Amino acid sequence: MTMRRVSAFNLAAIVVGIAFLYLPIVLLVIYSFNASRLVAVWGGWSTRWYTELVDDAPLVDSALISFRLALTSATAAAVLGTLAALALVRFGRFRGRLLFAAMIYAPLVMPEVITGLSLLLLFVAIAVDRGFWTVAIAHTTMAMCFVTVIVQSRLVDFDTSLEEAAMDLGASPLRTFLSVTLPLILPAIAAAWMLAFALSLDDLVIASFTTGPGATTLPIRIYSEVRLGVKPEMNAVCSIMVGVVGIAVIAASLLAKLSGARGVPARVR
Amino acid sequence: MKQEQAFWRQLVLRIPYLWLLAFFLVPFLIVLKISLSQTAIAQPPYTPVLDAAAGWHGLAALFAGLSLDNYVLLGSDPLYLLSCLKSVEIAAFATLLLLVIGYPLAYGIARTPRRWQAVLVLLTVLPFWTSLLIRIYAWMNILQRDGPLNDVLVAFSIVKEPPVWLSTDTAIYIGIVYSYLPFMVLPLYATLEKLDESLLEAAADLGCPRWKIFWLVTLPLSSSGVLAGVLLCFIPIVGEFVIPDLLGGSQSPMIGQTIWMEFFGNKDWPAASAVAVVLVCLLVTPIVVYQNQAMRVAERE
Repeated sequence: MTMRRVSAFNLAAIVVGIAFLYLPIVLLVIYSFNASRLVAVWGGWSTRWYTELVDDAPLVDSALISFRLALTSATAAAVLGTLAALALVRFGRFRGRLLFAAMIYAPLVMPEVITGLSLLLLFVAIAVDRGFWTVAIAHTTMAMCFVTVIVQSRLVDFDTSLEEAAMDLGASPLRTFLSVTLPLILPAIAAAWMLAFALSLDDLVIASFTTGPGATTLPIRIYSEVRLGVKPEMNAVCSIMVGVVGIAVIAASLLAKLSGARGVPARVR
Repeated sequence: MKQEQAFWRQLVLRIPYLWLLAFFLVPFLIVLKISLSQTAIAQPPYTPVLDAAAGWHGLAALFAGLSLDNYVLLGSDPLYLLSCLKSVEIAAFATLLLLVIGYPLAYGIARTPRRWQAVLVLLTVLPFWTSLLIRIYAWMNILQRDGPLNDVLVAFSIVKEPPVWLSTDTAIYIGIVYSYLPFMVLPLYATLEKLDESLLEAAADLGCPRWKIFWLVTLPLSSSGVLAGVLLCFIPIVGEFVIPDLLGGSQSPMIGQTIWMEFFGNKDWPAASAVAVVLVCLLVTPIVVYQNQAMRVAERE
């Protein structure tokens, strides 16, 4: 009988919690359709801020740079992170494992200011011109550790007898990896790639440190616009980004569900 | 065959290893080195610079030129000490708030029927996928002087005069709790979901009051989730930049802002590096604890 009272409390906690998480974003989207230039004053519905965006060439430019950057660094991070995960899970206790694991887990919680500053100082020390590629390297380094953790968790509950069978039947290590291991961990790699993509698209701090002329990313642009206050154009930009990310995440989770339902080979529970 | 396998093993290991050495560990050592250098009006703006052509001689000259001056400066100027204290204070209090708010949410999710749990977890994580910058910007809208929050407060006559939210520590706390909530809820949910409910029933059958069951059974059994959540929030919050910069006031910056200011504002790279080293020292203990835990979990699975 006490159970019912608990669920009322639980329900309240969930409803309040979820509302708290979504209300600000919903309000942001509503305000982006506000016709008034004064953000706080409601002047009726309008899409004028969206139509004005198209003519803002620097902004469109930055969006394209950010998109290209996210594609590049997410792909590189997915490859490097997967390799690191394989090494951590499959290679037992090799020499230098402790340092390796430390370098994987530390960046996950390292404050971005430090990652950004340290990479910038490296680029200066080796006298590289900063720009698109330095930011790409920085984002890859940050994101690959997240990839490793995700792929690692998939690899640990992986049935190695499948690989052994392939090897016993004469498949080379590379062949075994490509036709047995990779397909099985692909969903995890895909999820990790998406996370890496989102991380790169979001990042302001690391990009600010490591960028150079001609590589102003979208977050840097938005930050320089909003740090002095709210602007209606920025409401529209941010709403678009929320929309794109929202659609992508929902599509991806549906996709994951579908591919899961079709059954990644029978893992007997 | 064995040889071929060994070859691939080396390749798989060495590529990410070298990458992390080059772009994570070495940059760190460079920060350490520059924190011991002097500011100079040059490119790069610090001395001494390693002269690779001079070989050992150059290296010796480099070490001779290093000094602890920057750290002496940090100790003598209260600005730095204050920003350290402020960062730790805000991070500690915000983490506590997150725990108090995140625990009921995680508990609630873990106690709903299975098929709802996946959806609720997805709903909790979804906002995390949108940019932090955007979420903080959304709060700038809400917390404005004539923004929706004050509209509601005035409309319900909770306050007479609309209070100022932006540029206060309260705004920083709101922003942090909002942004880090998924980081607290997820690890808590992961442990609470595994909690054996028969233990709670046993305690209830034996006449234990509800609050005591929570205190004696639920909380201790979820302690690993609490620890993970606390570390996952506390460590990055200490170095947070975007949230205090956009929502907080300009007086008494947090340590992340101090690094940013020294670097972009004052162009004092050695001082910025020294503050960064101090920040790492501040975080070394929690990071090591977090790492050990993360590795233990990864290995146990």
